[in-house]
Amino acid sequence: MRRSLILDVSVRLLYPSIIVLSLYFLFSGHNQPGGGFVGGLAASAAISLRYVTGGLEAVRRSFRSEPWTILGTGLAISVGTAIFPMLLGGAILEHGTLKLHPPVLGEIKVTSALPFDVGVYLVVIGLVLMIFEAFGDDRDHEMEMIEAPTQPATSVREEYRPLSQREPASDQHAAASFWLGQDEPS
Amino acid sequence: MFLLLLIHLLIGSAILLSGDRLGRRAFIVAGLAPMATIVWAATQWATVVGDPSALDEAGHASAGTAQYESVGWISDLDLDLYLRFDAFALVMTLLVSGIGLLVCVYAVGYFSHIEPGQSRLAGLMTLFAAAMLGIVWADHLIALFIAWELTSITSYLLIGNDDRNPRARAAALQAIFITGAGGLALLLGLIIIGQSAGTYRLSELIDSPPSGGAVAAALVCVLLGAFTKSAQAPFSSWLPGAMVAPTPISAYLHSATMVKAGVYLVARLSPIVATTGQWRLLVLLVGSATMLIGGLRAMRQRDLKLLLAYGTVSQLGFMMLLVGTGEYKIAQAGIVLLLAHGAFKATLFMLVGIIDHQVGTRNIRELHGLRDGWMPVKVMAVVGAASMAGLPPLLGFVAKEKAIDTYLEYGDFTGATATLLVIIAGSVLTFAYSARFVLGVFGVHGDADNEVRSLSAPAPAAIFVAPAIVLTVVTVVVGLFPALISDLTKAALLSLDPDSSPSTVKLWAGFNTAFAISLGIIATGTLLAVFRRPVARFQTAAAQPLRALPSTDDMYGDTIRAIDWIARRVTRTVQSGSLPTYLLVILTTVIVVPVIPMVAEFGDLPQWVENPIHLPIVAIIIGSSIGAALIRRRIAAVVMLGAVGFAMAALYETQGAPDLALTQFAIETLGTVLFVLVLRFLPTRFVDLAPAVVRPLRLAVSLLVGAAIFVFAIASTNARDDVAEESISVEMVERSKPDGEGKNVVNVILVDFRGVDTMGEITVLLVAAVGAVALARGSRQYDNERNDREQTEEPVA
Repeated sequence: MRRSLILDVSVRLLYPSIIVLSLYFLFSGHNQPGGGFVGGLAASAAISLRYVTGGLEAVRRSFRSEPWTILGTGLAISVGTAIFPMLLGGAILEHGTLKLHPPVLGEIKVTSALPFDVGVYLVVIGLVLMIFEAFGDDRDHEMEMIEAPTQPATSVREEYRPLSQREPASDQHAAASFWLGQDEPS
Repeated sequence: MFLLLLIHLLIGSAILLSGDRLGRRAFIVAGLAPMATIVWAATQWATVVGDPSALDEAGHASAGTAQYESVGWISDLDLDLYLRFDAFALVMTLLVSGIGLLVCVYAVGYFSHIEPGQSRLAGLMTLFAAAMLGIVWADHLIALFIAWELTSITSYLLIGNDDRNPRARAAALQAIFITGAGGLALLLGLIIIGQSAGTYRLSELIDSPPSGGAVAAALVCVLLGAFTKSAQAPFSSWLPGAMVAPTPISAYLHSATMVKAGVYLVARLSPIVATTGQWRLLVLLVGSATMLIGGLRAMRQRDLKLLLAYGTVSQLGFMMLLVGTGEYKIAQAGIVLLLAHGAFKATLFMLVGIIDHQVGTRNIRELHGLRDGWMPVKVMAVVGAASMAGLPPLLGFVAKEKAIDTYLEYGDFTGATATLLVIIAGSVLTFAYSARFVLGVFGVHGDADNEVRSLSAPAPAAIFVAPAIVLTVVTVVVGLFPALISDLTKAALLSLDPDSSPSTVKLWAGFNTAFAISLGIIATGTLLAVFRRPVARFQTAAAQPLRALPSTDDMYGDTIRAIDWIARRVTRTVQSGSLPTYLLVILTTVIVVPVIPMVAEFGDLPQWVENPIHLPIVAIIIGSSIGAALIRRRIAAVVMLGAVGFAMAALYETQGAPDLALTQFAIETLGTVLFVLVLRFLPTRFVDLAPAVVRPLRLAVSLLVGAAIFVFAIASTNARDDVAEESISVEMVERSKPDGEGKNVVNVILVDFRGVDTMGEITVLLVAAVGAVALARGSRQYDNERNDREQTEEPVA
């Protein structure tokens, strides 16, 4: 894939900003425009910027967990929030409020809608990651499979491990890590 | 009772969860559940059986008090779990748990080689026992049905436990297809009976029998269920197939317990409905056919286990003939036969398992006699087979004597004489195949051409033989002293039919007609056994013309193939695989179903332009839509669609809906990116391959969809005018802050007022994501494999 230096650098700057913006949407959503869904979409837009510059590998490196884990965690959080009041004898999705008084920040009101929204946020991100996983361009990955068909990945985890941790390292990959090396979680 | 069921479920699940860690010790653990049941049943014995020999002033006998338990289940549907434990349930419990316990001990000896999946058998067997006890104890038709289906499922899993063996898989499928189909019919029948009787409680049915025109049909359905479960003709083909299961499983499920579920149900219902509809006629016809066919086929088997399987089919037909007539005296003989058959058939299956295990074959042509250490096995084979053949002084004889005697005395309904003849003929056949079994075990049928292995086979270990010894002792002792079970069977009969007056079970009833008939059966049977070669030749010759007819196995195969064929044709028609066709169907439905009724609602048009800023925005929308439809490059069309979306977002913004605008904006951005992702797999330009006729059709549908959405929008805005009360949105805005703790009403609706909707939506998102990955990854995997092949394979010159 041909890379543009300007695009790469500007995405490096943009990515964290958009993620922060998306978190702002998530947390302010209850009282101002925003919410988990919009926040998730904004974060997904940031992820797609990463895809444009670094391909599927860059997208995978953005998160430590696999896309399906994020997706499942999100749904679990939302459903858990919905069901939790039932366990206490209330109605489904009955909301509760918690007022915190941390120093400096003054009063912070947390409603039970927030974890629900967090779940929605994670599901949206997970969905987009999954779609990238499904249709994204993973030419490196395919190359590797064609080159070494006798050694298939022995587990799902291994298949999604960053390329640098796998052997044998290909030359092609060396060029990619020149730009993206610092992002690796190792 | 619920506690016992729970113990079964817990032990079963625990064994299943432990994997292969327990090995064959799993069967010892599994044995705890039936042991607990037996101990409990023993403590209840006196209460349940009572003193059925004592008569009250009116000359009526009565059984002890039955135990009832109930647990609320789905109270909204008026569906509670009722359990009842009466004397007949006690009889069945003895069979289920008694033989269950012995089979568990036996299995420890049988599975001496550790293989993966063995402890799974133990766990499934415990779960099966719970389901079977559920059938026997259920006092509610629906609960009975659920337990009934659970036995089918566990039986399927047990037969197919060796999942690498294609024969086991096929047999398991055949069993669950046949019993499952019968189960569906049963459900229908039970519901009709429950509705027309006004109660689903079995214990109340006897006082309020079902009435009405539908009951006759319901009874046919119930019988279908019972016949498939109890392997009656013509549904018996699954039972011999199920013999691929390990022998402990066959001994337990397919001779002693599960196949008797049908008999149990018929016995329960017969006193109530025997004279309704065609119940008795059907039972007599099917039972007779089953008894004769099973006996005839058992005489032709070389595999000892299959011989017993067909013998079981024959005996199940016999039991149907006894319990299904509605004559209580005859039914008592059926109860004795239930016990006798459980004892001798389980013994014989265990012996076959022992021989199979030690010698490595159960083909009578390959058995050439067994050495000294085998004495107990030989003796038990003779005793068991003699009980099966109905020789005195064994339990099987007691049962058969009582059957013939009661049929002679009380068989005053239509077809009783013919049925008696069938029973006599069937008993002759039973004698003949019992003799074949014994001769097979002793090696008389051995063929010199086959390898001699049985003479050098090691004798079985003590624990391996012990369970069979216990059952043999039961057969002999209870046969000698039938008074031991006399009260039990009387009480069981009284719990089936409170108006009956049961008689004592006796070994020796004097030189009556029944005894003379028994002597005749023994004599004829002996002749058949002595002249077995001519008989076999005759049977082959006589069956020759029948071979042209399809066998039940063929019919089963043809049915499955026909269903497959129909399913394929339907799928091919409905799922043509053409995306445009699907879209056409979906869109036409959208126009026709919801929108056409709305045309009536179509009323005043709103003001055309509210705000001058709308004009350029709408111009962009219209222009881009037309562009998207006309343009031939895919990527350009996607960009045009994106422009429509962004313009819509702007429209929302001008109308004062920042939240909607924000969401629309984000979705459009992401949607375009994802579109581009997928576009890489498609040609860059649209190429229309459809025939010329289709294009105007598509155009028409598209225009209609546009018009329909227009109608929909107008009609739904006007819909509020017809209703007096205020729009719900007003209330939502008012309640947003106090009830939802949020100033953003859109978000409060999403996460609170309509939170369950959102939950459903994100679930859909999750499913869609998993589906997308599975489809895309799956198809790409395939492409990769193909690429690999193309590259690694040398082109063939």
